[in-house]
Amino acid sequence: MITVALDKSPEDVRPFIERAQPSHPSLIDSEHRVADLYSIINVSTVIWIDAEGKIVRPNAIEYGSNLFQQFHGLDAGPHLDALRAWVRDGRLPPEADDVRARQMLPTADEQLARTEFSLAWHLHGRGRSEAAERHFVRAGELAPFDWAIRRGSMPIRGQNPMGPEFFELFKEWESAGKPDYRSEAARRNAPA
Amino acid sequence: MDTRKLTLIDDGRVVETTANFDDAGIRLAPADLMAALGWTLKDEGLCKDDACVPVRDRGDRVNAAGVDLQAFADLLGRPLAIEAEAGLAVLGASADARGAQLASQVAPDFALPDLEGKMHTLWEHRGKKVLLVAYASW
Repeated sequence: MITVALDKSPEDVRPFIERAQPSHPSLIDSEHRVADLYSIINVSTVIWIDAEGKIVRPNAIEYGSNLFQQFHGLDAGPHLDALRAWVRDGRLPPEADDVRARQMLPTADEQLARTEFSLAWHLHGRGRSEAAERHFVRAGELAPFDWAIRRGSMPIRGQNPMGPEFFELFKEWESAGKPDYRSEAARRNAPA
Repeated sequence: MDTRKLTLIDDGRVVETTANFDDAGIRLAPADLMAALGWTLKDEGLCKDDACVPVRDRGDRVNAAGVDLQAFADLLGRPLAIEAEAGLAVLGASADARGAQLASQVAPDFALPDLEGKMHTLWEHRGKKVLLVAYASW
């Protein structure tokens, strides 16, 4: 297991990592490099990669436990069972035969949004908060349901990721039909 | 027009170069474009290694002040974000390039630090199954 924290600084996740004392690499991705490479739009996103470095189960929102199930409605159980079967017995779930159909590939707007996010992040790091804010806003407009960009930028911009901006984003996302990897992959991969 | 330093982030790689700034955008002299991004301006167009992208209607795209950075990004189909006043620009990866990589199912490599600043790559775990988990405190 490799965990990647999409957080603005190591200090934001230090308490969690130090409490968990993980034996696996626990990495920090403040610039959202992995989000860009893997088209990650929310957390927690899991991707299965086999011993040859092949993606055998694409991006999906899965949780390690049912701690917040009341909020997101997802049961962690089926994924954890499938994961054990793969790790212990090398058994892949049937959907591994058709990874491509389950992949949500990025759009030009989403790549531009990631580029704007990167610019904003670098501007913020240079103390140019006003310019950074303009580019964070632009990134969010280009990819309105990219939580890594919209919610992930809140702590950088001095907003509370559990505050009013979050509830506004949640409502927006809800009225758009809660787009996620699965629904977007189905929509984007459907024959024209 | 003024000539000053530009920090260009090319798909994650930070490059320092010199550029010409004016109201219409940012231009790089051909020699700087070559040094910063590896693309050469030739008669057949913009070329890198064996590949050339034709530059039709050079008009505004290439002039005495150099190659317009936005036109360059558009020709390559790559996203560009600019903050000219800060001398900063980010040239991202195209949706086609990222999409083709993911569709190939070959997991792209990355190098990231842990809490102590020690760098780790994905590919150093070849030979083992990897569960990649992206999470956040938010």
